[in-house]
Amino acid sequence: MKPLLDIEDLRVTFPGRSGPIQAVRGVSLKLGRERLGIVGESGSGKSQTGRAIMGLTPPQATVTAKKMMFNDIDLLTASPKQRRSLRGKQMAMILQDPKYSLNPVMTIGRQIIETLKTHEKVSRAEARDRALAMLEAVQIREPKRVFDLHPHEVSGGMGQRAMIAMMLVAGPELLIADEPTSALDVTVQLEVLAILDRLVADRGMGLLFISHDLRLVSTFCDRVIVMYAGKIVEELASADLANAQHPYTRGLLNSLPRIGQDRHPLPVLDRKPEWAL
Amino acid sequence: MTAALEVKALGVEYHGHKALDNVSVSVARGESFGLVGESGSGKSTLLRAVAGLAPVSAGSIAIDGKALRQGKRDRAFYREVQMVFQDPYGSLHPRQTIDRALLEPLAIHGFDNTENRIVRALEEVGLGKGFRFRYPHQLSGGQRQRVAIARALIVEPSIVLLDEPTSALDASVQAEILNLLEQTRKARKLTFVMVSHDLAVVNHMCERLAIMQGGHVVETLPATALADHAFKADYTKKLFEASDGFTRREQA
Amino acid sequence: MSDMISPTPLSWREWLMTERPGSRTQARLGRTYTTWLRFCENKLALLGLLILLLLLLTAAFADLLAPYSPYIGNLKDERLLAPSALHWFGTDDQGRDILSRVIYGSRLTLFVVILVAIIAAPVGLLIGTVSGYAGGWIDAVLMRITDIFLAFPKLVLALAFVAALGPGIENAVLAIAITSWPPYARIARAETMTFRNADYISAVQLMGASPMRIVLRHIMPLCMPSLIVRVTLDMAGIILTAAGLGFLGLGAQPPLPEWGAMIASGRRFILDQWWVAAAPGAAILIVSLGFNLLGDGLRDALDPKEEGR
Repeated sequence: MKPLLDIEDLRVTFPGRSGPIQAVRGVSLKLGRERLGIVGESGSGKSQTGRAIMGLTPPQATVTAKKMMFNDIDLLTASPKQRRSLRGKQMAMILQDPKYSLNPVMTIGRQIIETLKTHEKVSRAEARDRALAMLEAVQIREPKRVFDLHPHEVSGGMGQRAMIAMMLVAGPELLIADEPTSALDVTVQLEVLAILDRLVADRGMGLLFISHDLRLVSTFCDRVIVMYAGKIVEELASADLANAQHPYTRGLLNSLPRIGQDRHPLPVLDRKPEWAL
Repeated sequence: MTAALEVKALGVEYHGHKALDNVSVSVARGESFGLVGESGSGKSTLLRAVAGLAPVSAGSIAIDGKALRQGKRDRAFYREVQMVFQDPYGSLHPRQTIDRALLEPLAIHGFDNTENRIVRALEEVGLGKGFRFRYPHQLSGGQRQRVAIARALIVEPSIVLLDEPTSALDASVQAEILNLLEQTRKARKLTFVMVSHDLAVVNHMCERLAIMQGGHVVETLPATALADHAFKADYTKKLFEASDGFTRREQA
Repeated sequence: MSDMISPTPLSWREWLMTERPGSRTQARLGRTYTTWLRFCENKLALLGLLILLLLLLTAAFADLLAPYSPYIGNLKDERLLAPSALHWFGTDDQGRDILSRVIYGSRLTLFVVILVAIIAAPVGLLIGTVSGYAGGWIDAVLMRITDIFLAFPKLVLALAFVAALGPGIENAVLAIAITSWPPYARIARAETMTFRNADYISAVQLMGASPMRIVLRHIMPLCMPSLIVRVTLDMAGIILTAAGLGFLGLGAQPPLPEWGAMIASGRRFILDQWWVAAAPGAAILIVSLGFNLLGDGLRDALDPKEEGR
């Protein structure tokens, strides 16, 4: 089967004081209609990978790749206009904190309708209906009330649900979620993930889940990619995480405290310079 | 034996909103005590109230059996009780070198032999002399948190309040900081009160813990109770399950 | 970031830019040097600095630079001469060489500017930081006082003070200083409010530091950059106010070669003998421009957001 997303040798380079700095150094991945997790620590290039796919790389940086295909569209040669129409319509992105990614002076309902109207010619009544249906789909109990609220009037979990509703309303095939639940409390986190999980499964979307939380990603995704210093160090099925080969993945797993395990002191990751080669 | 920290029926109000309501906690000398909860549970407020950074509206706080007068903390208190903050990027003065940050508490409390103390404090937290005259922006998050720990320990306190000391750090760095904290606690026989949203971290670090929700203590448990599933409150169960990661419920 | 100690002796630049300074002085110098590098990226700011250095040198060596006395002129046959090889900027109605007067006038300008900065900036800084940190009624009282001063136009208030104190350059300085601290207090207060709840201030509180120590040693240094920038940008305004007072006859008294007063006396002949007013006017313009350019450059160089780049 043809993958939804096919990337080969992706590189993102930022200009630096002492020469260019590569944040992403040759990432290759294929994503079908599945849940793929990208795990890494700060500075591993995981977020820049997601942004490069979305076409949201900061203007001072340059993106190069041998291949960057989304369905049948070549993202490398696509015009900015083409990419804009792709965003939201066919690929969407959820960011970490709904507080910063929702427009504070527009009601939640209007923001969802705006997104829909950018991509489809719909009547006002239909747009409203679809927005309300979407709010219901993300399990907001009183969609009509939340529709007219501003982002600051809702909790973090509710805001992130509204964000998901906004991103999915135009029916994208690919969803990139960059730390979508890191700003949320643990129990809320799981509720939001359950909603995301169901929607992705029901609509047959491809999901790229970017997170620092190895445990969360491994329980949520089908496959996991582990990144270190801008490169993929290991790729494996979530079920096989316990048998990870790369010392970095193993070290990362081991360094987490776990309930019921008495390990004092905790094993510490011994970073080897050759991992970054 | 008198408790190192005794909080009785404590209430904290911010603009009419009760952040803490009738909270009682007792921490024995040399013990490591955890406070677990989600945002708005009041766990950080409790810590800040003890440190004198939150407006106490009811109840009492006692250190080593001596009750603290409302809102008043003297220098002796701050030699006994120190705090490490959550955000290592925000807890160090951006325009002061590490040296200044460590010298300041020594100057305030009139310590002698400051040179040696600063060098020793840096060594204790695993930062060499090379870090002494750097500015915070030249350090990584983990290194900053080490400096914050050194700053808290340099006045030789007996009680250290830890407000989510590792939640802003990467997992591998978290392990290093947790190990450092444990090691200093052992070496200096410190009493820890540690706040975290991560049940596993508190379970690892503490002997007893209190689960907090909505400004109340839901349940106080020995840490071993978690592994044995010996908890009663539903909320504790929910947190416990959440700490295991995501579980996919098969759809019918 | 190599951890190895290099065998060759470090160059000055390397010593300043090192990631691991060995002493307090080295750390401070290194920081100053990076700020300086950032400042140097702005060519216009360097021009501003150059102008002010020239002003300083002119003031310092006025005795050597001025070809004639600034006070004694040749009333008999050198009144209102046009610019020439003998008198580059011409002469005024008293037969005095205008170039010499402009050169000596730089001393007065510097005197005014520096004194006002020394008086107004610390007063504003202290009031603003105390007000912002203390909050409550202290804040309310201090800010209402500030509001009262802000409610009057600066020049009108300065006029009132000079009228009460009597004309003269010292009183003009005092009047300008009294009227220029409120904006500084406002800035310092606003900055303080953003810092006062930061964890690093809580951390000093938890060390048992007294409020005065926190304000003086931890909050004031944070307010300094924006204040320095603001003062530099205001310098132009101060010069103009001083000139304005001089022009109205309430600042420097004759025969002092104050630039504003010189323009005032040249006003009478501005149509026929334009050079009498033009030279001091140009001097005011250039020095104001210098301060403005410098201020803009400092704003970029001292911006804490640029920290660590």
